[in-house]
Amino acid sequence: MKWIILGAVAVIALALSVVLGPAAVPLGELLRSDIVWNLRVPRALLAFLVGGSLGVAGASLQALVRNPLADPFLLGLSGGAGLGAVLAIALHLSGPWALPIAAFIGALAALGLVYRLGLIGGASLDPRILLLGGVAIGAFAAAITTAIVSLADAAELRNAFLWLWGGLSGASWDSVLLVALYAPIPLVVLVAASRPLDLLALGEESAAYLGADVERVKRRVYLAASLLTAAAVAVSGVIGFVGLVVPHIARLMWGHRHRSLLPAAFLGGGALLAFADTLARTVVAPRELPVGVVTALIGVPVFAFLLKRWTI
Amino acid sequence: MTPLLRLQDVRYRYPGASQDALDGVSLSVGAREFHAVLGPNGSGKTTLVRIALGALEPLVGRADVIDRPASHWPRQDLARLVGVVPQREDNLFPQRVRETVLLGRYPHLSLWGRERAEDHDAVDRALRACDVAHLADRWLWTLSGGEYQRVRVARALAQEPRLLVLDEPGMSLDLKHEMGLFELVLGLVKTQGLGVLMITHDLNLAARFADSLLLLSEGRPVASGAPGDVLTQEIVQTVFSWPVMMQTIDGRPQMVPLRQPKETHA
Repeated sequence: MKWIILGAVAVIALALSVVLGPAAVPLGELLRSDIVWNLRVPRALLAFLVGGSLGVAGASLQALVRNPLADPFLLGLSGGAGLGAVLAIALHLSGPWALPIAAFIGALAALGLVYRLGLIGGASLDPRILLLGGVAIGAFAAAITTAIVSLADAAELRNAFLWLWGGLSGASWDSVLLVALYAPIPLVVLVAASRPLDLLALGEESAAYLGADVERVKRRVYLAASLLTAAAVAVSGVIGFVGLVVPHIARLMWGHRHRSLLPAAFLGGGALLAFADTLARTVVAPRELPVGVVTALIGVPVFAFLLKRWTI
Repeated sequence: MTPLLRLQDVRYRYPGASQDALDGVSLSVGAREFHAVLGPNGSGKTTLVRIALGALEPLVGRADVIDRPASHWPRQDLARLVGVVPQREDNLFPQRVRETVLLGRYPHLSLWGRERAEDHDAVDRALRACDVAHLADRWLWTLSGGEYQRVRVARALAQEPRLLVLDEPGMSLDLKHEMGLFELVLGLVKTQGLGVLMITHDLNLAARFADSLLLLSEGRPVASGAPGDVLTQEIVQTVFSWPVMMQTIDGRPQMVPLRQPKETHA
């Protein structure tokens, strides 16, 4: 029953984002409209894929670092992506893919550095250091970004900042296809780690005694979740809140077993972001709100409502 | 018959430490045997558990589970043979009793497979064996300390292990729950043929329930064997640096610490 409702919510969110938009397209012409096929459908699909990926990445990382406040962007990736994007603009790299690729490389660089820091204590990946290292690397990257911005021509860097603050206006069939081919790999890795992730909630020692290969699981989960997040930030910038709140909502309704939690976080994250993006581009049309603003405006009340219902 | 767990002349030193954490320790636990490892704080008990379970590898000597070095076992295979009740753990997310016991079935599940009827049967059996079936739907955080410990033993039993390792299981339990837990574990040894290795600093309970004791002091074995041979007044006074008196109850030695008022030192 819960699954039927969640599935219905996801379908409705996708349908709404195809039907609604600043340009009035009559329902009868929906299937023949270029606006729908080339703008709204890819944008809806991209929103769904990105939101779902952020939901799954957030749920896995919260279990990995044993911190319910963990967010996929907390681990330094947003800082790295921002630095990459600003560098691309400062160096006058052009082409439609220059920004996403630069941001992706920036995020990967941050991921690598944080991962290396996490291994600083020896052969064992320390989730606490991942968290601290992520915050530190993110701050460092942000400092360099600000230095570049303050030295360069402000007008062109405005683009970089706007882009970074999240938005799906760059969606195209190409970007949808790219994410649809890329995301399943880390997603499958994370779903395959469901049971070890359940065990990790008891602590590393207990998890190992219950049969989890703790080191391997930690590495896989960190890398897979970060690669998902890096792709999300490359195609849509930093969209906060989906990765933090969706896992908690899913946990309140599905329990903490990752077998069902991760799929629920995917559908829930996808639905939330598709819906939020529809609002972002319609409520103040023809202008757009940053979609991260909308995810927070929807997510927080929903979360508060669920918390009130479920806490005893 | 091969023992379930065998340590031979194990020596271990933590990286950077100036002293051995364990030196020359041997131990063998077979089916239907209840062993206890005793010693003051810092005597190497926890290090011994980590080595026995393959979390650490001995620098010298061997630590075998059945026929293979403990650290060479794939963790999932080892978890089907050895169930562990660690000293401490904290649950990141709230959980119900049945869910947490079901975690004990994970080593028996395949990567993509769901829980089978036999897994739920094993959970039910474990809940009944530990007398917590009536708590199955309760949240963990609503349990008393004694109930919680029994649930953790049930989780280890759900693994259907041949060896059960308990690290200070009686800590912070009151008399009734502490005795109840030890009776439960002894019952499992007798009825299910489990081998048990229990780490504790409670000499009296160990002497009452275990067949064989190993007493450690500063990482070295001081005495091992039947409780009556290990817990003599002389040995206990030396190892624990406190005067004691020994009595015998049910044929087992029991220790009573003596007062040592400050003014006698003057």
